[in-house]
Amino acid sequence: MTQVIELKGVAKRYDSADAPALGPIDLSVAQGEALAVTGPSGSGKSTLLNLVAGLDKPTEGTVTVAGQGIDRLSEHALARFRRERIGMVFQFFNLLDDLTVADNIQLPAQLTGTARRKAAARAGELMEVLGIQKHARAYPGRLSGGERQRVAVARALVNRPALLLADEPTGALDSASGQDVRELLVDLHRGGQTIVLVTHDLALAEACASRTIHLVDGHLALDSPAEAVR
Amino acid sequence: MSRAGALGRVVRSGVGRRRVQTVVIAVAVMMAVAAAVVAGSLMVAANAPFDHAFAQQKGAHITAEYDPAKATTAQLRATGQLEGVTATAGPYPITTISPVDAEGMKPPAMTLVGRPTPHADVDDLDLTSGRWATKPGEVVLTPQFAGPAFKLGTTLKTSDAADARTLTVVGMATSASRTADAWATPAQVRALASKDTPVTSQMLYRFDSADTNGQIAADRKKLIAALPTGALLGTTSYLDTKRAADSGAAPTIPFLIAFGVLGIAMSVIIVGSVVSGAVGTSLRRIGILKAIGFTPREVVRAYVAQALIPAGAGIALGVVLGNLLAVPLLEDTEQAYGTASLTVAWWVDVVVPAAALLVVGIAALIPALRAGRLSTIEAIAVGRAPRTGRGQWAHRAAGRLPLPRAVTYGLASPFAHPVRTAALLLAVAFGTVAATFAVGLTSSLNAVGAAQDPENRAAVSVFTGAGPHVSRNGPGPAPGTAEPEKADPARVRAAIAAQSGTASYYGRTQAEVTVGGVSGIAQATLYQGDSRSGAYEMISGHWLTGAGQVVVPSNFLEKTGTEIGDTVRVTYEKHMATLRIVGEAFAGSDDELEIYADMADFPGAEPSVYLVDVESGVSATEYAQKLAATIQPLGGDASANSPSEQDNFILILNAMAALLTLMLVSVAGLGVLNSVVLDTRERVHDLGVCKALGMSPRQTVSLVLASVAGIGVLGGLVGVPAGYALHAYVLPVMGHAAGTDLPSSVLDVYGTPQLLLLGLAGVVIALLGAMLPAGWAAKARTATALRTE
Repeated sequence: MTQVIELKGVAKRYDSADAPALGPIDLSVAQGEALAVTGPSGSGKSTLLNLVAGLDKPTEGTVTVAGQGIDRLSEHALARFRRERIGMVFQFFNLLDDLTVADNIQLPAQLTGTARRKAAARAGELMEVLGIQKHARAYPGRLSGGERQRVAVARALVNRPALLLADEPTGALDSASGQDVRELLVDLHRGGQTIVLVTHDLALAEACASRTIHLVDGHLALDSPAEAVR
Repeated sequence: MSRAGALGRVVRSGVGRRRVQTVVIAVAVMMAVAAAVVAGSLMVAANAPFDHAFAQQKGAHITAEYDPAKATTAQLRATGQLEGVTATAGPYPITTISPVDAEGMKPPAMTLVGRPTPHADVDDLDLTSGRWATKPGEVVLTPQFAGPAFKLGTTLKTSDAADARTLTVVGMATSASRTADAWATPAQVRALASKDTPVTSQMLYRFDSADTNGQIAADRKKLIAALPTGALLGTTSYLDTKRAADSGAAPTIPFLIAFGVLGIAMSVIIVGSVVSGAVGTSLRRIGILKAIGFTPREVVRAYVAQALIPAGAGIALGVVLGNLLAVPLLEDTEQAYGTASLTVAWWVDVVVPAAALLVVGIAALIPALRAGRLSTIEAIAVGRAPRTGRGQWAHRAAGRLPLPRAVTYGLASPFAHPVRTAALLLAVAFGTVAATFAVGLTSSLNAVGAAQDPENRAAVSVFTGAGPHVSRNGPGPAPGTAEPEKADPARVRAAIAAQSGTASYYGRTQAEVTVGGVSGIAQATLYQGDSRSGAYEMISGHWLTGAGQVVVPSNFLEKTGTEIGDTVRVTYEKHMATLRIVGEAFAGSDDELEIYADMADFPGAEPSVYLVDVESGVSATEYAQKLAATIQPLGGDASANSPSEQDNFILILNAMAALLTLMLVSVAGLGVLNSVVLDTRERVHDLGVCKALGMSPRQTVSLVLASVAGIGVLGGLVGVPAGYALHAYVLPVMGHAAGTDLPSSVLDVYGTPQLLLLGLAGVVIALLGAMLPAGWAAKARTATALRTE
C-alpha cells in the first residue's frame, strides 16, 4: 500500500541541552488511512503535526510526505508543497476575518495560481457538500463555531490535498458542533481521504480514525487500531 | 512588590519585550527630531541672519575712518568715553589695495585693515579657516574673495606696481559689520602707505541707542563734536550694511522656510503616528493588566511612560544628530548669507525636544485613554475576536482585480486602519513633495546658472585686447597674457572668418554708459553681429535683432519705471543713441544697472572679445590653438571655453536641497517602516495562516509590499502636484527677493516624464520603508505565528 507519510528516526529538539520534544520515532501512514494522534499536553502531538505539515524541520531523521522528502526543502518549496499536498484544519479555525467565506475557501487555490473562475467553482462545490453555501458571502465572524470549522475544512480541501491534517478540530466547539465536525471527518475518511487527526478527544479518535497512536513525552507509547486505545 | 514597583516593572517589560517596536519608535522619533532641529535652525537662520551674526560678533553700529594727522591715537581712544558709547575697538590702520592675483588678474580693490587679533570688544571676527596674520607678508581675506585665485597658501600683490608687496593668504574671516575686505598686521598695513593710498585710522563703535537712522546720525554727531574739525573722514552705519546683507539673503529665505515647514510638519505626523500606533496595538495587554488589578489611570500612565522611554532616547539622540546635521547646512547658509558663523539657536534645542515630548505624550495619551475606557473583557478581546466591518469591502473589491491573490490581499490591507493609513499617506506625500520640490529647485537653479552665463555657450573666445576683455563669469586670457596688446578688431574678425571650422561668431564688449534720467553709471554690454547664440533668457519681449534696440534686466525697468516699448537715451563716450526697449532679460545684478545693446549704435565701441561657435566635429581646443597662432602676432589671443563653473550660491542651494530632501525622504521612509512593522505585528497571525495554507515567502513579501504600494501611488499623486505647486510658488518669491522675474526656462523645469518618475517617488519611498518588515514577515516561523494571538 502507498505510504503518504514516512518518518524515519525523526526527533525534534527546541533546545540542544534539553530532551527532545519528539522522538526519535519511526512512523508510516498509508494512503486512505485516518490516523489519530493522542496524548497529554506536551507529549509532542503538535510538534509531530508541524513536522508533517512542513511548518517545522526535524533535528534528526527524515520526513517524507506524499512521496516528497520535506525536511530539506527550502521555504519556497515547502510553501508550494503545503498548498499542493496538505490541507490543514485548526482548533481555532484560523479563518481570515476580512475575507468572505467563499474568499477564504478559494484562497489556497488562488495561491497555487488556479484561475479565479475555477477556484470559485471548486469552492462552490465544497460549500454545497459541506452545507455552507448560504454563507458564501458572509464573513467568518458571523458564523457559529461549527460553521466556521466547516469553512476551514472546505478551505483545507480546496486543492484536493493528499493529506488532511486536523489539529484539535472540535476543541473549540460545543458538543453539537463537535458532533457535526466529527461526522464530516468520518465522511471524508470514507471517501478515501488520508487524515492525521491530533486530539485529546478519544471519542473523536474512535469515531474518525482507523488507527491511533498515543504519544507520551515525545515517544510512541501505543500504535494500534482506534478501538484498542479505550 | 509595591503598586508603583509593579507599574515600573510593567513599563520596563513592555519596553524590553517589543524590542523592534521600541527601536522603531526611538529611531523614527530621533529622525523626526533631527529633521525638526535642522528645519528649525534653518528657519531661525533665515529669520534675520544679519541680526544674528551682528549680535554674535558684537558688530559695529558705526565704523568710522579718521585722518591720523588730525586726531591722535589718544584722542581716538578717548571717544570711547563719550556718552552713549558702550564699546569701542581700534584705532586700526586702514588702507586700500588694488590686488593682483598670481595669474595677473585684478579683482576689485580691497579695504585692508591692520588688526593684531581677530578678537575685540566690537566686531569680534570669526576666523572660518586658516589662522590670523601674525607677521608682515600675511593676509586674511573675507570668504567673498575665496575661490581658485584666492585660497589658503596663495599669494597676491598689493598693486600692479613693480615694487608691490606680495602677501600670502593665511586665513579667511568674516565680519558681519563688513568693516574690511582683508586684514593684515598693523605694521604691514602701515608699510603699505603711499601717496595714492594713505593709511588712515579705523574706529569701531557700539552705542546704547542705534536702532534708527536718526539715532545713528545723533551718535555720529557726537563723534564729530569730540574731535578736531576734519578728523572724521567718513562713517558707515550698520543699518546700511544690514540692508545690503538682508537683500542678499532674501532669495534663500522662501526656500529655507519651505523646507523647514515640510520638515516640522512631517516630524509631527511621524511622531504622532508612530507612538499612537504603538499604544494602539497593545490593547490586549492593557486588558490583561486591568484584569489583574491595575486601575485605568495606572494603565494609562504605564502606556504613556512606555512610549516616552524610547521616544525620550530618540529625542536625545535626535537633538545630537540634528545639531550635527545642521552644522554643514548652516555653514552653507553662512556662505550664502556671507555672514559670520551661524549655530543652532539654543532655544531650538530646548523647544524641539519639549514639543516632541508633548507630541509623544499626546499621541500616546489618546489611545491609552481609549484603552483605559475599554471594558476589561473588550480590551482582552481586541486582537483575538474576529474583526468585522473595516476594510472588508476593500477586500471584496481588490479580490476582483486581475492580479495575484497575495497582491490583491495586500492592496486591501490599508483600509483596515484608516487613521494609520492617512498618517502613512501624509508621510509619503510629504516625502514626495520634498523630492519634487528639490528636483524642481535644482533644475531651476541650474537653469539660472546657465541663463546667467550665455557667453560661455560659445566654444572659443577670441580676445582683441580692446576694452575690458574679461566678462563677469567668462574666460580669461591664457596665463601670462594678462595685459595683451590691443589688436585691430577688424583684422581679428577677418582672421576668424577665414579660419576653417568657424560656424558663427559675434563680437562683444562691455562699457560704462549713462542713461538719460538715471543718476550714475550703467554697465552696457554691446554686441556686434548676430548675437542670438549668446542671448540671455528673455522674461518678456525679444533679444536684440538690430540697431536702435536695447534689452534690459527686470531691475532696470523697476528702477527707471520704464516698460518694453519705451525709449531710453544712452550715452557712451560722446555718442548718444535713443534706443527702444525690446525685451526684459533674465540678467543683471542687484546693485548696478545693466543694459544690452547693439554696438552699431555706438561708433566708438569695438569688440573686446569675439565668441565663436565651431562647426560640428571641430575640436574647440585645436581651433583655438590654430587661431591663436594667427592672431597673436596681431596682439590678440584665443582660447577654448571650458564648461562654466556653477555659481557658489547655486551650488550651496543645490547641496542644501539635496541634504534636506534626503533627510525628509528618510523620515518618510521611517514612517512607512514603522507603520508596516505595526501592521505586520498585528497581522502576524493572519500571515501565519496564509503561510500555513501555502503562501510562499515571495508571495508574503508581495503581500506586505502591496499593502503600501497603493499608498505610495496615492502619495505620489498627491505629493507631485503639491511639490509642483510649492515650486511654482516659491521660485517667483525667490526671484522677486532677488529683484527679478524669472523666465519660463527657470520656472517650467518639469517635463512630463520627469513628473511621472517623481510620481514613482511615492511608491519607492513606500516600498523601501516596507522592505524590511516584508522580509521579517517572510522569514517568520509559521508555527510560531500560528500560536500568536
